[in-house]
Amino acid sequence: METIKLTIDNKEIDVHRGTTIYKAARELGIDIPTLCYMELHDMGIENNPAGCRICVAEVEGRRNLAPTCSTKCEPGMKVKTHSTRVLNARRTVMEFILSDHPKDCLVCSKSGNCELQDMSHRLGIREIPGQEFAATSTYRKDTSPSIIRDLDKCIMCRRCEMMCNEVQTVGALSAVNRGFMATVAPAFEQNLEYSTCTYCGQCVSVCPTGALTEVNHVPQVLRALNDPTKTVVVQTAPAVRVALGEEFGLAPGSIVTGKMTAALRALGFDYVFDTDFAADLTIMEEGTELLDRLTRHLKGDKTARIPILTSCCPGWVNFFEHYFPDLKDVPSTAKSPQQMFGAIAKSYFADKIGINRKDMVVVSIMPCLAKKYECQRDEFSVDGNPDVDYSISTRELANFIKQANIDIKNLHDEEFDAPLGESTGAGVIFGATGGVIEAACRTAYEVYTGKKLERIDFTELRGMEGVRSATIDFNGLPVNIGIAHGLGNARKLLDEVRSGKSQFHAIEVMACPGGCIGGGGQPLHHGNSEIIKARAAAIYAEDRKKPLRKSHENPFIIKLYDEFLGKPGSEKAHHLLHTHYFDKKKKIIVKK
Amino acid sequence: MSKYSMHLLVCGGTGCHAAESDAIVCNLRDELEAKGLLDSVQVILTGCFGFCEKGPIVKVMPDNTFYVQVKPEDAQTIVEEHVIKGRKVNRLLYKDPLTKEAVSDSKHMVFYKKQMRIALRNCGFINPENIDEYIARDGYQALGKVLTEMSPEETIKLVKDSGQRGRGGGGFSTGLKWELARKNVSDEKYVVCNADEGDPGAFMDRSVLEGDPHSVLEAMAICGYSIGASDGLIYIRAEYPLAIERLKIAIGQAREYGLLGDNIFGTGFSFDITLRYGAGAFVCGEETALIHSMEGLRGEPTVKPPFPAESGYRNKPTNVNNVETFASIPAIILKGARWYSSIGTEKSKGTKVFALAGKINNVGLIEVPMGTTLREVIFEIGGGIRNVKKFKGVQTGGPSGGCLTEKHLDTPIDFDNLIAAGSMMGSGAMIVLDEDDCMVSMAKFFLEFTVEESCGKCAPCRIGNKRLHELLGQICEGKGSLADLDRLKNMSLVIKDTSLCGLGQTSPNPVLSMMDNFREEYVAHVTHKKCPAGQCKSLMEYIINLDNCVGCTACARVCPVNAITGERKEVHLINSATCIKCGACMEKCKFDAIYIS
Amino acid sequence: MSKIKSVADLKMRRDKLRSASETLINATEPDSAIQVKVSMATCGIASGAKTVMEFFMEQLDRRNVVAVVTQTGCMGYCYAEPTIEVKLPGQEPVVFGFVDLKRADQIIEKYIKTGELVDGIIPVNYQTIDLKE
Repeated sequence: METIKLTIDNKEIDVHRGTTIYKAARELGIDIPTLCYMELHDMGIENNPAGCRICVAEVEGRRNLAPTCSTKCEPGMKVKTHSTRVLNARRTVMEFILSDHPKDCLVCSKSGNCELQDMSHRLGIREIPGQEFAATSTYRKDTSPSIIRDLDKCIMCRRCEMMCNEVQTVGALSAVNRGFMATVAPAFEQNLEYSTCTYCGQCVSVCPTGALTEVNHVPQVLRALNDPTKTVVVQTAPAVRVALGEEFGLAPGSIVTGKMTAALRALGFDYVFDTDFAADLTIMEEGTELLDRLTRHLKGDKTARIPILTSCCPGWVNFFEHYFPDLKDVPSTAKSPQQMFGAIAKSYFADKIGINRKDMVVVSIMPCLAKKYECQRDEFSVDGNPDVDYSISTRELANFIKQANIDIKNLHDEEFDAPLGESTGAGVIFGATGGVIEAACRTAYEVYTGKKLERIDFTELRGMEGVRSATIDFNGLPVNIGIAHGLGNARKLLDEVRSGKSQFHAIEVMACPGGCIGGGGQPLHHGNSEIIKARAAAIYAEDRKKPLRKSHENPFIIKLYDEFLGKPGSEKAHHLLHTHYFDKKKKIIVKK
Repeated sequence: MSKYSMHLLVCGGTGCHAAESDAIVCNLRDELEAKGLLDSVQVILTGCFGFCEKGPIVKVMPDNTFYVQVKPEDAQTIVEEHVIKGRKVNRLLYKDPLTKEAVSDSKHMVFYKKQMRIALRNCGFINPENIDEYIARDGYQALGKVLTEMSPEETIKLVKDSGQRGRGGGGFSTGLKWELARKNVSDEKYVVCNADEGDPGAFMDRSVLEGDPHSVLEAMAICGYSIGASDGLIYIRAEYPLAIERLKIAIGQAREYGLLGDNIFGTGFSFDITLRYGAGAFVCGEETALIHSMEGLRGEPTVKPPFPAESGYRNKPTNVNNVETFASIPAIILKGARWYSSIGTEKSKGTKVFALAGKINNVGLIEVPMGTTLREVIFEIGGGIRNVKKFKGVQTGGPSGGCLTEKHLDTPIDFDNLIAAGSMMGSGAMIVLDEDDCMVSMAKFFLEFTVEESCGKCAPCRIGNKRLHELLGQICEGKGSLADLDRLKNMSLVIKDTSLCGLGQTSPNPVLSMMDNFREEYVAHVTHKKCPAGQCKSLMEYIINLDNCVGCTACARVCPVNAITGERKEVHLINSATCIKCGACMEKCKFDAIYIS
Repeated sequence: MSKIKSVADLKMRRDKLRSASETLINATEPDSAIQVKVSMATCGIASGAKTVMEFFMEQLDRRNVVAVVTQTGCMGYCYAEPTIEVKLPGQEPVVFGFVDLKRADQIIEKYIKTGELVDGIIPVNYQTIDLKE
């Protein structure tokens, strides 16, 4: 590749042709500020509309200032990133942006974690000239089951739009209106609820300001905890324990399972359980279904649809209900771990401790915003009483812990409660892309072949590539596995399934890039993909530490089947642990 | 057939009218009557001859004698000498400014070369819905010539040598643009005609498309041949239904004749054209935004490079030219590069169409060679300022351009001179302003347009223009300060410096140039809280002249807000705090006792 | 209409159109008919050109004047719309501005029938290039 030489702030550098000034400057240690540009390196995600104009720099010989994020280096270029002209322009543009932004930082949910606030501080803005008569662009607020849109705070960085359209191909959000009133919204400025939104929350996870945030369910949880008539049960998803620490200043990838358990107990939860248990249960049901369909398929049964698709990700479920309703009999009917947990907690466990399900409140701690919507789905309740009452995100939990004056870093590690707190390594790896299918393989292999699995780590199923595939040898039977994370990647595999060209027997799909560890409810990564990779590494480390690493070896799972469910796929299991899907195409309402 | 053997045409244009053309007509008729000639010589009042500086004008037909600066008392001489004796009145003839010789036949006057129609050559001449009329006027000959006699390279060289620069505003060399598109190798290429004319007061492109659609189609095919494209697209705003209809008819007829479609003239070259409709967003005149709009995406610009010549419509090399640019191409091909480059100035060749609007007598569409001065355009062709008001300025380039003043009147119009003068050519709208126009309100007017038309993608254009507009509003209301003028300037310069596309990069031009050229007017608004042009309502004050007021109470009775007090037969007073400046009192007063300060 | 298959074809067609008596474009022959061109661009139509054009077609016929009425594009005289151009055989074309039905009637009765000019003539003040080499 051709190398070219240029000077940035009087420092010479050689870069490959095609490199932007912004990236070249970073190589020199010059951190040019930007509000809209964002790159998740190695994950193929880049937002580059050149819209905020904060990253401008002076290029010798050029008439106007250049947006460094989208201006390519040229040989002999002389760039100044902090001349008087540049600093004045940057400040003035920042003043423009701030002049059309609410000043309620004190009570904004993004306060302290807001890129706009940081930028204002970094540029030393102390006043906004002309603010007294400056009109602001205001919009109707929109609260959906999972996401709140407060577009008064939108700065048109377009990251959410890029995530929603290019990465997720959901197409719920796009720029609407012109000029001063331009913003990002669903078509016809409908509420998110009436759009194709899957509530994956990727828009929230990249929003630099408080324009897109999660619905806060902490107050409801607090109320339940303070209600003496309620038994409050909490479950925590695998991806939470490898990310929660970040909210308390710990390095990305820190594992805080024990401290989190202690904190939850300190918060007053009566039973601190683990969604990983339900993940093991999911493997039993989904794995059984996979083997059943696969063997029937191999025997030539035309009604046995192959490939089977995982169904534990609610964003993904919403996606195929919207876009591939014709394929709604393809995914596994197994509920997600969150919902399996709720169903077991409010039946088996409630019976065990002798209380009515109406007196039990099940709270889930999730890396995810779609889970908020999922637990509100009608089919997941009994007589109006939901299996899972409230789902709060990793971020909400961190805030809750801070509100409760709990110094999590200095807590002693504690264990989950029994019986629904016991899990295997297979349950843990649900948190990373490829983990569900790896967990399924560990169990399905042994069930199908009747042999002990020697090599537990299916490293060929791991990684950060958007679409991956591997063939696992089930003792002579080659099983073709496909993996996609990010709904855009899922769409590619789904299109193949729809056209009958898919070669896979089983496909795992996670809506969020990286899997649950990159979920919309996780601590914000601010465009640093290393954080997501560190969480993945932590997930696999946690798996390795577990004495048991295959779901079917979980003694409490075995006990649950013995005492309550019978066997995987039994009628009772079907009743409690399986679901069905809907055609949501017609649910999109276009009205003004 | 006619009972008249001679006609005396007296200019009745507004300029000449004021200078007694009625009296001239009257005197001429009296003289003719006295000589018994009224039955054979007719006197007629006409529209403007467009030579108002030398008015009033009398033209004698059929010999085309052109008399200038005629006074009513000259009627006798004209009748006696010219009509009866057939001798031209030498002292009234137009003197050529260079040779100082009298010109007896108007057809030889330089003035009639001031307007030269190349792009408009067929407008108002042929029936645009009949391809035969275009063919009879040598239509499609240029296409025939390039397809059979010239290589694409030769065609591009000819266009390059002609020196034509894009008429859409930027002024980039047409030939060079074609060359870049040709150089990019691709299986598919596109020729796009930008007919998204949108700035206030501009209707050049619409007129060309409505009057001579085939010239654009022919040129697009020539361009297609040159760059190696077989698909043409015309991006036209849906608000131009007549232009669309005529284009559709023209495309249909051209296809029927085989002048569009496969194997044109049996040369193996194929080219066809389809229409794409815009929803009337100004920003879609920007070529990247235009291309996105055609692709079904939001009409907003993206950073260049890549230029459309590398990656345009459907990411294929695309050449985008404006309507007027295309309309001149067949003439350039047939008459040659040397001919075209002989017209105009050193760096701006050919002619330019302008839409004259505003406070000018002859609102209209004109085409002049580059290098014509503003004075010639405004005072000669345009017939000067309406209602004998004083010329104040002319906004060229629409909301992207600047305001030129008295001192620029003798500047030859071309791309570079206009930029040097703080404005730009733009697409060719000229909005003439007179003494009644307030330069703060004007700047505000243009910004209102830009604020409305910004796509909202980049922050300086989306928010900055809004803030400029607001600040100008404050100044108009007398709430500005001197420091605000500095802020206005700084914001303007930053918006120009940081905006993503041409819209934001030029939107502060009206403010900057008006503030530059009419600084004292801005200062008057902020320091004295006065609007010298008397346009800013908030800064007006209605005052009763104590000497004239007779105390009739008419004003007090008509005032809708009871701001006027006073006893009968005594001097009245206007409470300026309550007054809403509706002007009803002034209208009502029979004694001229109320004036505006 | 048959296709134009070659440049020679096109030239033939052009020459035929120029000489043929049925074409009335810029007719140079003194004997050809009276021509009335109505400027029918958006602005002209908006100010009433369509009504004027219909008036001419109807009235010329009714008054037994053999003339051809065609539409054309913008003549550039926006301030004087609607504008029409009348060409009498053997004479220079004359442009009339501000043509309402009253003036249209005058134009037929006076100019077209007797050659007497009427008020509102717009002097042509430009030159148009001719593509003929």
